[in-house]
Amino acid sequence: MRISADRDRCIGAGMCVLTAADLFDQDEEEGLVRVLEEAPAADREQDAHRAARLCPSGALAVTDDA
Amino acid sequence: MTTAPLPELPGMPTARPSGRPFDPPEELAAVRPLARIPLAGGTPGWLVTGFAAARAVTSDPRFSTRSELQRLVLPRFGMPDRMPPAPPGMFLQADPPEHTRYRRLLTGRFTVRRMRMLTERVERTVAEHLDAMERAGGPADLVTAYAQPVPAMVICEILGVPAEDHARFNGAARTFNDPAATAEEMGRAWQELYAYLRDLVTAKRSAPTDDVLSELTDSDLTEEELVNVATLLLGAGLDTTANMIALGTFALLSHPDQLAVMRDDPEAVNGGVEELMRYLSIPHTGQRAALEDVELEGHVIKEGDTVALSLAAANRDPARFPDPDRLDLRRDAPGHLSFGHGVHQCLGQQLARVEMRAAFPALLRRFPDLRLAVPPEDVPLRERADIYGVERLPVTWGPEGAGR
Ligand code: HEM
Ligand code: SF4
Repeated sequence: MRISADRDRCIGAGMCVLTAADLFDQDEEEGLVRVLEEAPAADREQDAHRAARLCPSGALAVTDDA
Repeated sequence: MTTAPLPELPGMPTARPSGRPFDPPEELAAVRPLARIPLAGGTPGWLVTGFAAARAVTSDPRFSTRSELQRLVLPRFGMPDRMPPAPPGMFLQADPPEHTRYRRLLTGRFTVRRMRMLTERVERTVAEHLDAMERAGGPADLVTAYAQPVPAMVICEILGVPAEDHARFNGAARTFNDPAATAEEMGRAWQELYAYLRDLVTAKRSAPTDDVLSELTDSDLTEEELVNVATLLLGAGLDTTANMIALGTFALLSHPDQLAVMRDDPEAVNGGVEELMRYLSIPHTGQRAALEDVELEGHVIKEGDTVALSLAAANRDPARFPDPDRLDLRRDAPGHLSFGHGVHQCLGQQLARVEMRAAFPALLRRFPDLRLAVPPEDVPLRERADIYGVERLPVTWGPEGAGR
């Protein structure tokens, strides 16, 4: 699983951080998303998908390794 | 493309079903996910009541929030059928890329981490107001004693608005959300608030302090933009959270088993706040205008058409939330639409969460036997206001008859 974030689309709503604080953060200056774990452990998959679904601006993508 | 005729409503319903103040108007559920409604001036419009459709519209850049493209859904007395464009800085009514420029200046100030750093200060404000209530003794109006002053103090502190100036803009803020206010009164309230904030911004420019307004004087915003951004933040931050705290408390008092969950189980507070947000859906309606023809639920929304969104109906869509009319604080309810969705999703949501997560449990722990001081049907509702809630919430506590 790989997580990627498009910072041009991010609007800093923070839903990702709220959902999975170990995978995402917001930078100090602009409040835009930073991915903390680009290739998280498999047991974080559910939360990663959930964060992507909840992101209001469609800035997050979670893809399978395959 | 289907051509099945859509149901039509005579107008945006606002009346709550009798004896069920927390449920959306009943007509809404009957026309899920999409219906036709006439808007200001009789222009035909669309009404979205389904969860998936509401998410689709709010996250689609082919729908605009610009006011001059829309017809009003809930017209006020004396307002024109067509609205003028919002002034620069009112970014809720701006589309990307203009919207993006303003939003980027602010997101860094409202991150999850920054708002959590405020937790202690919010808790202190909450405790001070509870102390005052306790000293004065019951009964009390929870709206004026607690629900309004807590968010007002917090947003003023963040923006850098001196607390002693509250009186100067409180009247204006109330007028904005008064469904009975005429266009003229609205205009006057607007000018008052604008004049106040213009003076304040000028003061911050010459003597910056540690707050959002002072920081913004250091950006490329013009004076007019800055004052409008400040007006939007103050307006959006005052009444919304206040209505959630008061209406939320009313809902909990009406569901004693759920009240006990919020009071007694710290683990349930965060999720419980999300469920209250979903269940109560206080913003009455959002709206958008189609910038081009867009297909939605098998129908074509024509370029230029206005789409009204009932967040309350969408949040009660059984396709998304099973048994949607039940208040269940242990429900896993993230993803509700009460903060909106898409690029305009609430900028202040992390602040509102910090406030609600502090306000509900502290109130219920301080007064474990909190109860209504009037019959529930006598609590005055704000049915036609832009933000739903209660006008007053008379509550009491302690032994029966005490303090009367
Ligand atoms: C429980 C309390 C609150 C609720 C229910 C709420 C609800 C909403 C909703 C539904 C929207 C989106 C409107 C649309 O898409 O048409 C919104 C936007 C906004 N809210 Fe809130 N809000 C709350 C608290 C706050 C607070 C405390 C602030 C203070 C900073 C705030 C500031 C804003 C701003 C600036 C926008 C416009 C964002 C944009 O256009 O990018 N809100 N809010
Ligand atoms: S949820 Fe989406 S928009 Fe919000 S901070 Fe995370 S990536 Fe950005």
